[in-house]
Amino acid sequence: MSEHKHKSFREENGSYKGVFAWIFSTDHKRIGLLYLYAIVSFFLIGVLLGALMKLELMAPGKTVIDPATYNAIFTLHGVIMIFLVVVPGLPAVFGNFLLPIMIGAKDVAFPKLNLLSWWIYVFGAIIALSSLFMGGGPPDTGWTFYAPYAFKTNTNMLPAVLGAFILGFSSILTGINFIVTIHRLRAPGMTWFKMPLFPWTLYGTGWIQILATPIVGITLLMIVGERVLNIGFFDPALGGDPILYQHLFWIYSHPAVYIMILPAMGAISEIIPTFANKSIFGYKAIVISTLAIAFVGYFVWGHHMFTSGMSGTALYTFSLLTFLVAIPSAIKVFNWVGTLHKASIQLETPFFWAASFLFVFMIGGLSGLALGALATNVHLHDTAFVVAHFHFIVFGGVGFAFMGAIHYWFPKIWGRMYNSKLATSGWIIFFIGFCTLYLPMFFLGVTGMPRRYYDYVEKFHGPNIVSTIGSWVLILGLIIIIYNLIRSAYKGEKADKNPWGGRTLEWTVDSPPTLENFDEIPVVNRSPYDYRKNLES
Amino acid sequence: MNKHTENHVVPYSLYIYVLAGLLLLTMLSVGVTHIELANLTVFTAILLASIKSCLVLVFFMHLKFDNRILQILVTAVFILVALVLFITFLDYNYR
Repeated sequence: MSEHKHKSFREENGSYKGVFAWIFSTDHKRIGLLYLYAIVSFFLIGVLLGALMKLELMAPGKTVIDPATYNAIFTLHGVIMIFLVVVPGLPAVFGNFLLPIMIGAKDVAFPKLNLLSWWIYVFGAIIALSSLFMGGGPPDTGWTFYAPYAFKTNTNMLPAVLGAFILGFSSILTGINFIVTIHRLRAPGMTWFKMPLFPWTLYGTGWIQILATPIVGITLLMIVGERVLNIGFFDPALGGDPILYQHLFWIYSHPAVYIMILPAMGAISEIIPTFANKSIFGYKAIVISTLAIAFVGYFVWGHHMFTSGMSGTALYTFSLLTFLVAIPSAIKVFNWVGTLHKASIQLETPFFWAASFLFVFMIGGLSGLALGALATNVHLHDTAFVVAHFHFIVFGGVGFAFMGAIHYWFPKIWGRMYNSKLATSGWIIFFIGFCTLYLPMFFLGVTGMPRRYYDYVEKFHGPNIVSTIGSWVLILGLIIIIYNLIRSAYKGEKADKNPWGGRTLEWTVDSPPTLENFDEIPVVNRSPYDYRKNLES
Repeated sequence: MNKHTENHVVPYSLYIYVLAGLLLLTMLSVGVTHIELANLTVFTAILLASIKSCLVLVFFMHLKFDNRILQILVTAVFILVALVLFITFLDYNYR
């Protein structure tokens, strides 16, 4: 029995063998890793498509692909990155792996439902990607599937839309699972305000997943109804309203940005106190701002539609609400910086990712205010400025937090350490590539280059060359990071339980954890970031 | 003993009254369609539907006897949906 207890979850195959022991496993840790492998694979496809776009934009006119292919590529890049990578991203991978451990549970509340979520995710992804290989060619509408063009194009819209619809179910089921897990399975003594911040952000995210995702599901079904049955929801020729589509789409898709960014903020809130070796500054303020972002984030969708022809009253309201939602985000940044104040900072790779997250997230956030203001939005709407802004938030925010999280929890997940020097080299090259790739887009946007354009006038040539070179540097950094992590997963030095000196519960279990995480469910009697000296972890 | 695990014996008469209320509200929802309410048409329809949903949630789904946290969560969700609809109509009513 004792031997059984100390086997890691990787060695506990259950009744299946080989790959079946993974794809039929209800262990939250294996499911988290299944998501990781799927998401990273889709991410790499998305990166290649993005790099191809940048290569095309290196010079005016045709460089490597034709205009129709370009339209299809930016659509697929968006669909893959949004629906298959960043929306499931941190919650599905690190939420699944770590949530039960961080709250002192043996698994999530509904393990079978958890496995079903992964299967639905894979099924939805296959349906969405099948649009690539069918007769009409991949969709060319952009990932937003805007009416009325989405009803008129002859490309394979329906598989892409149905894929996104199915993926929504996976998201909802994961949200339900996490909320019930947090309500019902917290360890004895772990009151709400003794819960670590990453589970708190998963809780806020869970509510958004449950309440917002059905709206996009219904909207996508309405597209199918309009295309197949000619029901006039959105097409003016059939008596519909195209702006209604934009409302419904963004009622989901803006909160979806918070599905992406809240767990990213949660991961950063775990990394910073560990490497500052100091209790997080303003724990309750961070919790309340998490819930505030989740709540207010529902009411700001209209800032994507300032030039669509909405009423003036709606414009003012959405602009005001957009400025309001910036406040809780700023509170978090203030608290993270406050935590670093006078701290003995441990300069390790996860910390570099967290620090660079703060840098790029601030640029993304502040450029968002320029887009949230009505007057400047009219100038910047649908320009490269918007592309730069959301890449700074989504790639800079979520991507950097994901990288920070994987470097932070790598020893826990794989039970081995990675080569720190190589990891830091990968980070600095990636960071330089990222800034070189996206910063010129702000200038391109302000000077008038529209987004999603295949061709451009000569004056935009210089910044586009710089941006393309940035994409190569970023990919070089990515190759170093992936090589280092894969190599270290097999050959890295063995990690002990708590290599970074963290205080949350995952650092009290084996690396990698056993099947049931804890031999005995722990009793929690201290705050999650208690860094007083000589404290038993 | 946890409040939501206690047994609550609800008299059948209460269910009958709730059912009658639901039928009455359904008739009312059909009835108001004959009145010209202009901008208030959708508001009235949603209001009546919301009252009916609340009756089902509170009595048939036993929310009335459930623990406080669930009552708060369901109320918060109702407020959220109401606000989303309200803001959407700031566009449609003032366009």
